[in-house]
This record gives sequence, structure tokens and C-alpha cells, in this order.
Amino acid sequence: MAIKTYLLVCGGAECKNAHGTELHQALQKEIANEGVQAETQVVRTGCFGLCAQGPIVKVLPDGTLYANVKPGDAREIVVEHIAKGQPVQRLLYNPAKSQETIRLAEPTGYHKQFRIVLRNCGVIDPEKIEDYIARDGYAALAKVLTEMTPDRVVEELRKSGLRGRGGAGFPTWLKWKFTKDAASDEKYVVCNADEGDPGAYMDRSTVEGDPHSILEAMTIAGWTVGAQHGVVYIRAEYPLAIAHLETALKQSREYGLLGKNILGTGFDFDIEIRLGAGAFVCGEETALLASAMGERGMPIPRPPFPAVSGLWQKPTVINNVETYANIPVIMLRGGDWFAKVGTPKSPGTKVFALTGKINNSGLIEVPMGTTLREIIYDIGGGIRGGKKFKAVQTGGPSGGVITAADLNTPIDYEHLQALGSIMGSGGMIVMDEDDCMVDVARFYQEFCVDESCGKCAPCRIGTRTLLNLLEQITVGKGTMEDLAKIKEVGTAMQKAALCGLGQTAPNPVLSTMTYFADEYEAHIRDHRCPAGKCKALVTYTIDPEKCIGCTLCARRCPVNTIRGERQKPHVIIQDNCIKCGECLHACKFGAVSRK
Amino acid sequence: MKMVKLTINGLPVEVPEGVNILNAARQVQVKIPSLCYHPDLPPWAACGICVVKVKGLNKLVRACAAPAAEGQEIITHDSELFAIRRTIIELILSTHPDDCLQCPRNQNCELQRLAAEFGIREAPYGKRLRDLPEDDTTGSLVLNPEKCILCGRCAAVCQDMQGVWALEFIGRGENTRIAPAADVTLNESPCIKCGQCSAHCPVGAIYEHSHAREVYAALQNPAKHCVVQIAPAVRVALGEDFGYPPGTLLTGKIYAALRRLGFDAVFDTNFGADLTIMEEGTEFVERFVHGKGELPLITSCCPSWTDYMEKFAPDFIHNFSTAKSPHAMVGALTKTYYAEKMGLDPKDIFMVSIMPCTAKKFEIQRSAEMSSSGQQDIDISLTTRELCRMIKSAGIDFRNLPEDERVDSLLGEYSGAGTIFGVTGGVMEAALRTAHWALTKERLPSMELKEIRGLDGVKEATLQVAGKEVRVAVAHCMGNIETVLDRVRAARAAGKETPYHFIEVMACRGGCVGGGGQPYGATDKIRRQRAAGIYRDDEKSAQRCSHENPMIQKLYADYLGAPLSKKSHQLLHTHYQQRKVYKR
Repeated sequence: MAIKTYLLVCGGAECKNAHGTELHQALQKEIANEGVQAETQVVRTGCFGLCAQGPIVKVLPDGTLYANVKPGDAREIVVEHIAKGQPVQRLLYNPAKSQETIRLAEPTGYHKQFRIVLRNCGVIDPEKIEDYIARDGYAALAKVLTEMTPDRVVEELRKSGLRGRGGAGFPTWLKWKFTKDAASDEKYVVCNADEGDPGAYMDRSTVEGDPHSILEAMTIAGWTVGAQHGVVYIRAEYPLAIAHLETALKQSREYGLLGKNILGTGFDFDIEIRLGAGAFVCGEETALLASAMGERGMPIPRPPFPAVSGLWQKPTVINNVETYANIPVIMLRGGDWFAKVGTPKSPGTKVFALTGKINNSGLIEVPMGTTLREIIYDIGGGIRGGKKFKAVQTGGPSGGVITAADLNTPIDYEHLQALGSIMGSGGMIVMDEDDCMVDVARFYQEFCVDESCGKCAPCRIGTRTLLNLLEQITVGKGTMEDLAKIKEVGTAMQKAALCGLGQTAPNPVLSTMTYFADEYEAHIRDHRCPAGKCKALVTYTIDPEKCIGCTLCARRCPVNTIRGERQKPHVIIQDNCIKCGECLHACKFGAVSRK
Repeated sequence: MKMVKLTINGLPVEVPEGVNILNAARQVQVKIPSLCYHPDLPPWAACGICVVKVKGLNKLVRACAAPAAEGQEIITHDSELFAIRRTIIELILSTHPDDCLQCPRNQNCELQRLAAEFGIREAPYGKRLRDLPEDDTTGSLVLNPEKCILCGRCAAVCQDMQGVWALEFIGRGENTRIAPAADVTLNESPCIKCGQCSAHCPVGAIYEHSHAREVYAALQNPAKHCVVQIAPAVRVALGEDFGYPPGTLLTGKIYAALRRLGFDAVFDTNFGADLTIMEEGTEFVERFVHGKGELPLITSCCPSWTDYMEKFAPDFIHNFSTAKSPHAMVGALTKTYYAEKMGLDPKDIFMVSIMPCTAKKFEIQRSAEMSSSGQQDIDISLTTRELCRMIKSAGIDFRNLPEDERVDSLLGEYSGAGTIFGVTGGVMEAALRTAHWALTKERLPSMELKEIRGLDGVKEATLQVAGKEVRVAVAHCMGNIETVLDRVRAARAAGKETPYHFIEVMACRGGCVGGGGQPYGATDKIRRQRAAGIYRDDEKSAQRCSHENPMIQKLYADYLGAPLSKKSHQLLHTHYQQRKVYKR
């Protein structure tokens, strides 16, 4: 009997962490119990991008999408939906909309999205090469190897206008051309999968959900530039992605798509995996290459660029995961087709990890040129809890904030840079009125202090100097001269740090100082944190008029610093208060206030 | 050579392709400030002070790391660059101790000089020092990580130039520091005490362990008969600290200064060099002609090299000359031969050697044979730098000292062969002058063996001596030696004849003239100038060969008998043993 129904269960890391594995097992057990195993198949896919509501289950062919599915819900789905054909209303992704809409359209936000990179994520079983091949996988490789010349490949890339998705946006075709033209007996193809921005997981999801797309693209790159060895440098903290990559490598070797004489064309190419130890700086290409060679992950000055002298001092193409994931599609559909997506200067799409104070956090892919407003309100569903939007941080610790005034900015490399931020690899953190911008800058600076490799003085000492100055401000001990010092140090770092990490490390503080100067001044001049986030500047008090002496706050206080008799107004002894805010949340009478 | 044309601050410049912007700018008298860059080393590009503007580029370029390119228009100085550089210097100073007055690099510190040039008057970013312990375990070198500015020079020298890998970056970010791998002490590490780290350190983070106090104490002690000797390379470098150009030969002034410091006898290590040639040259003849011992014979006068060999190349122990180094020979004879002649009790003699070297401090205690006189043969070994400071602190007007002061006799007079020990290739050249005579009873047709002079890392020559081919190799700068050893190993493994009969090795680039204890600031240019000074000393010598030195002949006649005699072996020879690369 043929398979009639497919249950696609998200196997992404977030969903797995939310008992996705148990759910997968429960579904299989219930299918067996119902005796429908011959006509029903459970498929574990990559990330759907709806991470806030995982685990996600999609039923094919009707397209029903279930969210927040627990292992205990498996029986109901199998009995009601599979056996009786009745979707389980209470588990539908968006209960506000009718069942009909859910079935026909994609969930909220999907209509603004356009999937090239994530084309297979949430669709195929990433551990089955057959699934990938069924979706045109390795067709691009076959086309390139049998119908195209290396120059044609570079030309298609040039026409596509694809720019490096690792952050800097360097034209990919140029990298490939330089490496192709470099004379050497040995060349290398490297995939940068060392994603390290806090809150970003685009590359992890892509590798987890569609590992073959990376291997196919690297093989195309190898053939184009004349390399026979590829290296995927991936951080060891991504075990699922590594496992899927290893499975994919094994399968593609078995299928003759990697190794000797690929597709009978006489072309030899193989790929190995190198694990990174989780240093942010190893996302910088020269530091990555050093680490891949077993040296300390420290950057070196360019030139020479990796295209001339990279891995083992040989010409090397190095691109990140997302860049590679675009390549097979470009080769199959042509550079001209790709160039029509997005904007003329930044063609194609961009994957973002949308996180923070947003309703629909998750992984999205949008055409370049989509505005921030569309991303945050149409796709992201607006700010959580009806709070007021304050800013969005792009580019993680290397980026800056963008305020409500610039929400209509179309997203591409140039526009973000003009606003003092960067595209970065695609982290996008939404902040609301409860977020203190000085504290946000402090957080990112702390990250940079930890992640500075220590090689160059501007970064090693500059990050710590900036952090110390910011810490002084968050405890109300900052001065207006400190702001001038921050600018001075920040500028020196931007101009004279050795690598991208140090050059962009001052961006969060400089950008928040530009757009939220009033918040900095409030901390310095008034010793006040407008968002109420900086503990040293916040005082909790109990209004004796409103307090009825219910004692709830006193019982909740973790340090026992609220005194008062039952049914009489209570008082917070300020000396011991740790400003945790428990009393404020506990009080049912609005008697506790934060100033 | 392909040339590139560019402009720097509007001035046209033409330099060979590959020259960095920093050096290109010097052609038009523009000094781009820099801190981590050192001409001996590939650019590490850490400090960011040498950033310049290149027209058409958004980003600043590090002048140390970027080659000058055709058509570039470069700006090296403007108000923005000045502000960036000043901020970086202020940041570096915010993590650097302010105890300049007590620092061994006071008035000789590259960071101090830079701060002065930039007119730094404030410390806007406060002070954050790291409380890290000093490492004084070797007795030769002191590592003070608190003062380290992480320029990376020492690690690059230790790893790339010397191939020793005793120093490495440890930790990350602001916790990065320089230490031996696995955080063992320097003495437990592979360190060979060559001191090139200290010669390249721009600040006082790694420096020689000073023994000047012990020397002062002995000089003040009336019961002590203080004897001193100076190494060949000291006489052509010491003057740099007194305003003389590198390579100025100042032997007489140095003798005079030593006498005024209070030494009772002033000897010369060059005499010991002549003696080393007698012993080692005879050893060579024994092995080469009579087959008594393994070939190639390898020189052993460099203590860093012997330390390296014992740790990294123990398969060559039997190839090593057992002859002690020249200063050790002078030390042993001072407390025996000289003591007897003078009627002194060796216990009362305090022997000091002035060396271009930090490893000599280690060598004087490296084995029991270093006390062949019954006492420790050499009590203290000082570096050239320490002697400079002693001369200054003793109030000696060095520049106006007499130039013609003579060395004391018995262990002082030297030949030209003895003096060229101070430069790479010199030991080989001196040995061949005497070996040729020993084999043929004739002088070499030309005293000067140009093939083994100069700064090429490995130099080779083939000579015809008494109808036989003598193949020699000279290596300097420790990282170059493995190439030579590997050739010998390959021949051994294949059962073939050895590619060389005689190998000279010096751990420091340029030989002792570029030693780790020499005045700061050595570059290849300065090494060549110092070498030229040494060769001038050779050329003007009455005797050019060690065996022609009448005082050497007298020593053998009066005391030792003959080279490799029983007495020679007792006083002038040592042995080697395999040592662990890491002691822990």
C-alpha cells in the first residue's frame, strides 16, 4: 500500500529540546497501535522556523500545521486526524484563524517570506539523501560537471550578484574567480559554519535541515576553482548539525557524489569536518583557517587574502553556510533569475534569526529589501505583551540598533551600514520599552571582552576599557567625559583593530549612544535608568496608602528585607534589597513601585 | 628586481616590490611610529600603531604588514591618525606598570620612547594591571608577564627564528599572556637561554637576570683577586651604548674600563678561542684523518646550541666536540695555570666573564666539569648590557678612556682566528686555518673563507686539504640547524657518506655579534656592521692562526703538554647527555 499521509516532525534543536524526540517516538507508536503504519510515515525534518511554538508537526498532503505539540498529543493526532480525517482544533498553529485558512495558506508571516536557502528545511528528512535528490538535489552539481565550464560557473555567480552572507557582503563570484585564477598545485574549499553571534542560529538550522545543499555547493566550488579538498569548520556546540553533516558525507560518498571520479566525470573531491572549540573570533576567516590548521585561532592581516594564501598557505575559497546554500539554486535556475530576487545591489534573500521581545520568534528568510517593519510586525507578529517597540539589534555584537524612526528601511548591506549597524550573519534581536540601551551595550561589550582573541591591542584593551566605562554608567558613576572617552576608544578600535571582531566591537555602544543619547544622559546626570533595568539605579518602595499588609511581598522577598506587621503597611529595608523585583510582581494592589 | 612607484605624503617613492610601507616611508625620511614590528620578524600586526591611510581604501592599513604597491597614495600623518595612535598608546599604558624608574629597560624602552614622542601626559583610562608572578627559574632570563604588552616578538623569535617553542601565547582575550606551553616554568620548558626573546622585547617583560651586584661585591672585597675576560663580540658592540656606531672596535677602551672597575687581571676570551681551536682542531684531525670518532664533528662553543642538541638532537651527542667553550677554558686555566704562576689560592680568585650571551650564565653551572679547577671555574657571567650599565654607574667616562690599553699576559693575547669566533662562520674559519696547517704544515692559500661568511642561514663550503675533500657547513639562528642535521640523518639512514665533515652552529642570528646579551636594537644591518668590526680586528692581527699565538705555544709548552693531553682533557673538555625537552 502506498503512503497516504506524511507527518513532518521538526527535528531542529529547539523542537528537539522541547521533547521533539519523544514526540517522534510517540507518533510512531500510536501509528502502529492504530495499524496505519503501512500508509503513514513520520519524517523528521529540519527547522520550520517557528521556533517559539515548537515542537511543530505538519501533516501532508493537507498541509495542517500543529504547534506546541507534546508527546501526549500524539494519540489524539493519530486517532482523530489520520484515522478519522478530523484535524485537532486545539493544536492548530494559529487558533485565531479558521481551519480552512490554515490548510490552504502558510502560517502567519510565511507569505512575506521567500525560501531559497531554507528551501528544504522542514520539508525533507535531512538524513536521507533520497529526499534531497527528489527536490532537485545534486542536479546543480550534475549540470555544472557535465554542461558548464568553471568560467561559466563564475559568470553565473557574477550575474546572480550573490554577496557573502557572513556579514561583510563581499561578492562571491570575485572570491571564486581569484581562487580559480590563483596558480597552485593545491587549493581548498572551506565552509565557515562557526556561527557565534548570541541569539543567531541560521547556519546551524541550515546544516541541520539541509546538509547536502552545503556539500553540493562546496563540490561545485571545488570543481570551479580546481580544488580537491573541502573543509567544513563547524563549532563543536552544534552536535546535531555535525551528526547530520556526517551522515550526509557518508551518503554522498556512497552515491558517488563525493570522493573519486564524481558522477563518472573524473573529478575528485572530498570534504572533511573540523570542529571549532567555540571561539567567536574563529568566525573571522583568517582566524578560522589558523584554527583549522591546529594553530591558535588568531587573525592575521590581509592581504594576502585566503584566495591567494589560505588553508595550508594554498589558495582557498571560504564562504559561510548561507552563501553556499544559495549556490545550487543559482546554478539550476540561473544567475539572472536570482538577481531578480531582492534589490539590485543586494540580490537574493537573507535568513534571520528573529528573537527577543517578539511574538513569533524563529527563523525567517526574506527577500533583500524587505523592510524592518514588515519583518517585525507582519512576520514577527509585533511586540510581545503589547509593549512598545524600542529598537532592533542587527549584526549581534558587531552591529548596532535601529530605532522606530528607521523601521521602513529596506534591509540590505548598504542601508544597514548607513544606519551604523551591519547585516552581520543574521541575528535580529527585538527590544521593547523594558530594555535599557546602556545595559544592552554593556551586554554586547561583555561578550566582546570574553571573545576578543587577545592579539591586537585596540581590541584586547579597548573592549575592556569600553566595558569598564559602561559599567560605571550603569551604576550611576559615569561622567559626561566618559562618553567622550567611549567615542575616542571606539573610533580607535574601529580604525585600528586587526580584524572584524575588534573593528565592529564598539558598534553597539556607539550606535546606542547615537540613537539613545537621552538614556545615557539619564544614567549619568540623573542617576536614573529609564527602563528600570540597571539595578544600582532602581529603588523599590511600598506606598503605605496602598499597602494593606497582606504580607505576600515579604514572603516572596528572597533576602527577607521587607518588614511589617500583618494588615499594616510594609516597608522595604533598602540596605539589603537586591532589586530583584519579586515584590513588584507579587503585589496585587499596586502598592510597590520602581523608580 | 621589480620596482613599484607610489607617493607617501605627496613625496614620490620607488622601492623594490615586497617592501612594506613602513620601510618605504623611511626612504623619504618619514618615520611611521610602530611598536610590535621588528625587522627580524614577519609582521605580527598586533599593536595597530603603524596604521596609515591609503587613498581609495575605506580601512586603514598597517604599514608593517602591507607591502607598498604601485600607484598608492599614502598619508602617514594627520590629526586623525595621530589621535588613533595616541589612544592606542594610552590604552597600552593603561595595562602597563608605571615603575619605569625601577625597570631594567628604563631609558631603553620602546614603549617609553613612544609615550614620550607622543607627549602622553595623562592616563585617561586608569590602570588595570595583572598580578602575574615573575619567572626567574632559569637564572639567565627573567620573564615578567605583568610588563608584557603582547607584541608577540618573543614568541615569534622563540618559535620561528629559533625553533625552540619555549614561549607561547597562553589564555585568551585580556587574559592572554606569554608563558611556556602548558604553563610550566621557563626552566622546565625547552628554553635554551639564548636570550633572543630579551634582545627583541620592546619593554622590560623579559630580560637578563643581572649578576652585577655579585660582581660589585667581589670587587669591593679585598680578599678576592678579581679576574675578568671579554668575549670577541663584546668589543664591537659595547660602544653602541656610548654613542659609537655599531662595529666600532673598542678592545683597548674596554680593557681600560675593566681595570678602572677594579679588576686585578684583564684577560681575553679570544685567547680561549685560540685554545679551543687547538683542542677542537686536533679533535677534527683525529676524526678526519685517523678515524677516531664520528664525523661530522660539530662545534660546541655555543651553550644554547649544546642545550638545544641535548634536548632536541641527542642523536648527535657523539658528533659534538668535547672541547669546552673559550670562556670556560679561560676560567679553568685562571684558577689553575694562572693561579699557580701567580701563587694564588684558586679559592680567592673571582672569575667574571663578559659575554654577548645570556646562556653563558647557565653554562657556567651546566655540569660538574664546569668546576674542573676544584672551584666553579667562572663565578659570574655578565652580558654586554650589564657591563655597559656597570661602566656608567662607576662614573667612567668611557669615550675618553685610552684606546691602547693592553691585555694582561698569560691568558690574554690572541690571534685573528680567536677574534672571529664572535661571528657566524668564524669558528669554522679559525679551525680550518689551523687544521690545514696541521694536515699540510702549510698556511691556507687564502685566510679568508668568504663562502662561510655572511648572514645566509646555512652556508656550505668544500675545501681541498692535503688532497682530500673537506666539506663543511655553517648554520646560525637555531631554527636553521635542523636542515643541516636532517641532511646528515638522511645520509646516515641511507648508509651513505656523511655530507659534511665539520659543522659550526651558533644559536643567534649572525653568531655572537647578534647575541641575546648584546646592546638592544640589533638588526641585520647592525649585525653586519659588528661582523665587519670583528673582521677588521682579524685583518690587523699579527697572527691570523691560533697555533701561531706565542702565548698558546707557551701554555702547551709550560703546562698542558699537547692538545688532547690528559691535562687538557681534565681542564678543557666536557661531555654531553640527553636531556628531557620538558622537565615536568
